[in-house]
Amino acid sequence: MSTLRRKPPRVGDNPLFRSLLIGIVLILGALLILAPLIVIGVEAFRQGWKVYVATLTNSDTRHAIMLTVITALIAVPLNTIFGVAAAWAITKFDFRGKRLLLVVTEIPFSVSPIVAGVAYLFVYGLQGIFGPLLDAYDVKILFALPGIVLASMFVTAPFVARELIPLMQAQGRDLEEAATSLGASGWRTFFSVTLPNVKWAMLYGVVLCNARVMGEFGAVSIVSGNIRGQTNTLPLHIELLYHDYQAAGAFASASILAVIAVFTIIAKVALEGRGAGRRVKPAAILATPETRP
Amino acid sequence: MKIRLDTVIKTFETFRAVHGVSLEIESGELVALLGPSGSGKTTILRMVAGLEYADEGHIYFGDQDATDIPVRDRGVGFVFQHYALFPHMTVAENIGFGMKVSKVKRDKSEIAARVADLLRLVRLEGLGDRFPGQISGGQRQRVALARALAVDPKVLLLDEPFGALDANVRHDLRRWLREIHQELGITTIFVTHDQEEALDLADRVVILREGKIVQQGTPQEVCRDPKDAFVMKFLGDANRLTGTVSAGIAHVGDAQVDAPGIADGPAEIFARPRDLDWSTSGPGVAATVDRVLDRPGERRVIATASTGETLEFDVEPEQAVAKGEAGFVTLRRAKVFAVS
Repeated sequence: MSTLRRKPPRVGDNPLFRSLLIGIVLILGALLILAPLIVIGVEAFRQGWKVYVATLTNSDTRHAIMLTVITALIAVPLNTIFGVAAAWAITKFDFRGKRLLLVVTEIPFSVSPIVAGVAYLFVYGLQGIFGPLLDAYDVKILFALPGIVLASMFVTAPFVARELIPLMQAQGRDLEEAATSLGASGWRTFFSVTLPNVKWAMLYGVVLCNARVMGEFGAVSIVSGNIRGQTNTLPLHIELLYHDYQAAGAFASASILAVIAVFTIIAKVALEGRGAGRRVKPAAILATPETRP
Repeated sequence: MKIRLDTVIKTFETFRAVHGVSLEIESGELVALLGPSGSGKTTILRMVAGLEYADEGHIYFGDQDATDIPVRDRGVGFVFQHYALFPHMTVAENIGFGMKVSKVKRDKSEIAARVADLLRLVRLEGLGDRFPGQISGGQRQRVALARALAVDPKVLLLDEPFGALDANVRHDLRRWLREIHQELGITTIFVTHDQEEALDLADRVVILREGKIVQQGTPQEVCRDPKDAFVMKFLGDANRLTGTVSAGIAHVGDAQVDAPGIADGPAEIFARPRDLDWSTSGPGVAATVDRVLDRPGERRVIATASTGETLEFDVEPEQAVAKGEAGFVTLRRAKVFAVS
């Protein structure tokens, strides 16, 4: 009799409560995430493979895809460099304004992308601060590739830095000091000591940054001017098709972004398996922050 | 290489870590910088290494002023408290790193041969292709030392070298470091807050307090003739009694202790646990036994003196003494310091 008795549940482990919570999450997950993804797939192919392929090979769509890829190819590497530099500065050096720099790198997360787009209009637009000067030298920033890249970069600036800062903070400066005392130059120390220890976290940031650059809508829609076949990125192109009542085209284009998203998630999970994306690496051999007298 | 510090000062923000320290370390000497936390010992070590720059004063390596030579070119071997091994490199790659990045180009076979030599020196043959995460703390410490020695440093600097290890490993490594030092004869400075470690290992001990040198000398000199109450207390357990000095004799209870050269007036008297004894008759300090702790080699008596101080001392295993007993604590020897 006593051997058959159920063990008392742990705190919060009431079976009813447990199934209720799991049920809510599953239902919400299905409604909010799974259903739209299925709809994208179904709608994209509603009129068959031929229409799907035709939509994607349409010159405007092709241009939008190319523009999105080019934007990512410029914005992501630049933001990676920015992120590594900012993380390095914040975690390895002491200087005035360090906290300010930390706050500045986080701003894009707290500002609506639309605000960023409008701000760029005021800085580089014809009526903006640098507008007349840029116009005089015939440099086109707004309603052209540079504006799109700038807006994308603003929105995604924190991604790499945010992944690196906590990790590099936890690692301390001992490894770099050791490398330097052994005679390594600054570059050498960076490439053979610092980078190998943060590469997965950096790649994790790059993957998230890339996903966001390719999917960015708000800021880009303001600075690009939405010129079909010229300054339309993929998300803007989808909106345009949708407003033109070309549902199949819109969904076909959206399916590309969905596929990118799926690959992003796979890459993200793979990188998490390598220890990236966690706040602190558990490896005991990493230096603990030192208490220095 | 002879190392000389000339009135070195270092201030962090508002905190002055090192107050004008001057120190000479002879070529081939093994010196311990000993002090409590905040005494500036690590800061001094880091300044010798070039990981920290002195605000004022000079550091000489031999006849050369090394004050402004960056750490990269200073030619020191630094062993970090937490080893700072490169976790993504094998033990052999860690040891070879200094040679690989050196301005003096060596070919691969030469580096490999030297790494093998060093692995033999630190008794880690066969562990060359392990990663730091796969070896024990004591082994990591030895890898860190081999890595520092690989660049043929002019001076070897160790920051709390055994701080993160357990007691047994620490003991072995201490003897082993002494042997390596004897074999290589390299000038070595190490930082510790463990007086036993400093006294066991060093030719000379430099005792620091609040960024200043309090006393320096051989272990024998600092143990037998501590300069003040701080050094006395810091080097080991000490009982403190108060008394009065007149004409070169300190009076404590009805006992007397020689106090040559101490001015007349109130004084502090310090005695190690083994320097006190228990007696039913005087002359001594009247006391009552609170507890007796039996240990393998002696009996530790904890007693309260009639003047209120708690005294801890060791008596022979055969000595009959029990809790609650009243009697006298006698002084075999003691150090007297004038109350400043």
